[in-house]
Amino acid sequence: MLGEQIIRGMAVTARNFFGSYVSKNRLTTVQYPEERLTPKENTRQFPFLVYDGDDWEKGLRCVACQICEKECPPKCIYIIKSKDKKPDYKGQPQFYPAAFDVDISVCMSCQICVEVCPFDSIKMNTEFELSADDRFGGLLLTKDKLAMSNEQYHRIHPTEATAVDEHLAEEKSKAEAKARAAAEARAKVAAAPPVVTSSEVVKVV
Amino acid sequence: MFKTLDQFFVVLKHQVVGFVPAAGQPLVSALISVSVIPLVFATLFAFITVFERKGIGRIQNRYGPNRVGIPLTKIRLCGFGQFIPDGIKSLTKEDIVPRAADKVVHFLAPVVMLIPVLLAYTVLPFGRNMTVTDFDAGVLFFFAVGGAVELSVFMAGWSSHNKYSMLGAMRAIAQMISYEIPLILSAVTVIMIVGSLKLNDIVASQNGYTHGLAHWFVFTPWGLAGFILFFIASLAESNRTPFDLPEAESEIIAGYFTEYSGFKFALFFLGEYLGMFAIIGLGITLFLGGWTAPFSFLTWVPSYLWFFAKLIALVFTFIWIRATLPRLRMDQLMNFAWKFMLPLSLVNIVTVGLWHFMDPGPLRWLACSALIFGTYAILGRGLMNHQKLAKRIYRFAD
Amino acid sequence: MSPAFIVIAIVTLFAAAAAMSLRNLVHCALSLVVALAGLAALYLALDAQFVGFVQILVYVGAVAILIVFAVLLTRSDTTPNQTVLSPGWGIGIAISAVVFATLGWATLNSPGLPKEMLQAPETTVKNIGDLLMTRYVLPLEVIGLLLTAALIGAVIIAMKEGPQKANSEEQQLKAEKPSSPPLQGGAR
Repeated sequence: MLGEQIIRGMAVTARNFFGSYVSKNRLTTVQYPEERLTPKENTRQFPFLVYDGDDWEKGLRCVACQICEKECPPKCIYIIKSKDKKPDYKGQPQFYPAAFDVDISVCMSCQICVEVCPFDSIKMNTEFELSADDRFGGLLLTKDKLAMSNEQYHRIHPTEATAVDEHLAEEKSKAEAKARAAAEARAKVAAAPPVVTSSEVVKVV
Repeated sequence: MFKTLDQFFVVLKHQVVGFVPAAGQPLVSALISVSVIPLVFATLFAFITVFERKGIGRIQNRYGPNRVGIPLTKIRLCGFGQFIPDGIKSLTKEDIVPRAADKVVHFLAPVVMLIPVLLAYTVLPFGRNMTVTDFDAGVLFFFAVGGAVELSVFMAGWSSHNKYSMLGAMRAIAQMISYEIPLILSAVTVIMIVGSLKLNDIVASQNGYTHGLAHWFVFTPWGLAGFILFFIASLAESNRTPFDLPEAESEIIAGYFTEYSGFKFALFFLGEYLGMFAIIGLGITLFLGGWTAPFSFLTWVPSYLWFFAKLIALVFTFIWIRATLPRLRMDQLMNFAWKFMLPLSLVNIVTVGLWHFMDPGPLRWLACSALIFGTYAILGRGLMNHQKLAKRIYRFAD
Repeated sequence: MSPAFIVIAIVTLFAAAAAMSLRNLVHCALSLVVALAGLAALYLALDAQFVGFVQILVYVGAVAILIVFAVLLTRSDTTPNQTVLSPGWGIGIAISAVVFATLGWATLNSPGLPKEMLQAPETTVKNIGDLLMTRYVLPLEVIGLLLTAALIGAVIIAMKEGPQKANSEEQQLKAEKPSSPPLQGGAR
């Protein structure tokens, strides 16, 4: 019958219209900026640097190995290595970045810097409302803007942060165990009786 | 009490005219009646544009505009102030006229569209005793000024000196002319029954009630068919989806008003919507009883409220159809007009004659319904078989 | 000679003169439309509502569109540099003045014309309809026949080629190149 499908179509749209007032399913719009969608855990926008503890300069995990700078495809990371060293979470003295700049107008959020970092120090942030009115300086994030605490990292990516913490704790305990074993071995060597050589034994007889 | 509310505006106008000396009274009375029409309908146009965007948005699972209430304040009003920034935007845009365009005709086209459309409102009865001028040949006047709109479409398309505008204008004129015939023929059925071209007579003949239900013509088989034909033809006359090929954004950019910007575009837009309201108003007057109430226990509601309620309900149906149906192609459009609507409207005229000469009773209903429904089924079958919807065979390149 | 009549008459004559003398053909067509609308206004000023509205409906709505389409479809791209006047335009004006004078004298001196203004008769649409169905039914039917003939002629002119011609064209195409069977890749 001519026009039957039109009536059916109009019934569908009427259902949509009235349903949009009653069910969230029929009106999926989120009224940004009053409401925001909660981002998923694996969301990634731009990188940030993790620091442990309270002092962001002392606790910064980054050791300025410059692997992320070399691996970054659009070359948006700029690192200046420091001249002196500071102790890291394991207690070993490491270099640290005197300057660490990420140009987020260039960064393409590929996460390669995160994947290649051997020290779990650069991770992806979920913040995207970063527009600035200065086209050049406003979109260049320096070390102080990039540093975020480990607690904040836990808030953004809980599972990832817990896994990283476990891994680092394991490394730390392994390092401590090795140090303890080395210390014990040295102590044993120091406390052991002097060894008798064969020439002295031959002389007695 | 409700009678005074019903005649409130008429009495108000008489009071105001009474203040003027007797020599100037006809002029002042005419001025008042005439100036009310652009005011009322332009305001209605403003609200309907916002309603349309919100309605279409809701149908498409999103909000429509819902932020702009009163500009420069934080009062939101659910977005109904959106027409104010829209109006300001179209007034402040630069008025670009192409260098090769015909300046005089280019300037006159929106004016020639708007004036006949506003003229058409003068014969519509908005309420009891609320017609601006009640011509003896009111319906004819309405269709006559409707025909002048086609001239403005041509002027707009030709003066832009743009191939696509010209194409759009040709298509628009072809569409308007083709759909004018079923429009007028379905109106003719009402005129035949009433016996007069005066719109007040047509409304008065629908003002009776049997068993509480009004004598609207839409409650008769020929009236229902006539109303549906009139409705579809008025969709085509106002270039609304599914008949908006002349001005489709994805096909021909804006068709005959591509080269118009700023205020002239706003005038075209206004003219289109006002034309839509006018033709819906005529449809209400002819088929839906004008300002009469549907049930006899509802006659206490003022007559103009009924008219505008029906007008807004039909406008919502237009918006609903726009959000539902895809666009018809040009040849599908013309096929539909000439091969379906024209024969059906002619059969409708024959049915009206049959209705008039048969005695009232169930036999009359049965005969007329059978005639209309049979024709509809045959024509519909013919139209659907005409589509060559065979299974597609794809040829891949070697 | 009411002021309304004077204004409408001046506009109509001006538009008619413009329709003759403008260079751009579409402009001429549009000023012709103004002249026709002026005529309709004259009818309305004489209280002949039906004729006035039908004049607008038929002439401005349909005949004007027809004229404009005809102009467009047979258009030459160059507009003339000055007004196109036929060579014997002086003689033309003289002859038309003579005809106008004759007709005017005949009308004014005709015996049926009353010397004082009559009351306009009450011609409603109903009266016109009655007359059309009783006294003037033969002209009505003849007009209907004329319109039907015009419609059939238009359909014949615009119809696609007949089936025989299309078949012969297909045979010609088939004979020229060997046809390969279409691949049935998509028809599953």
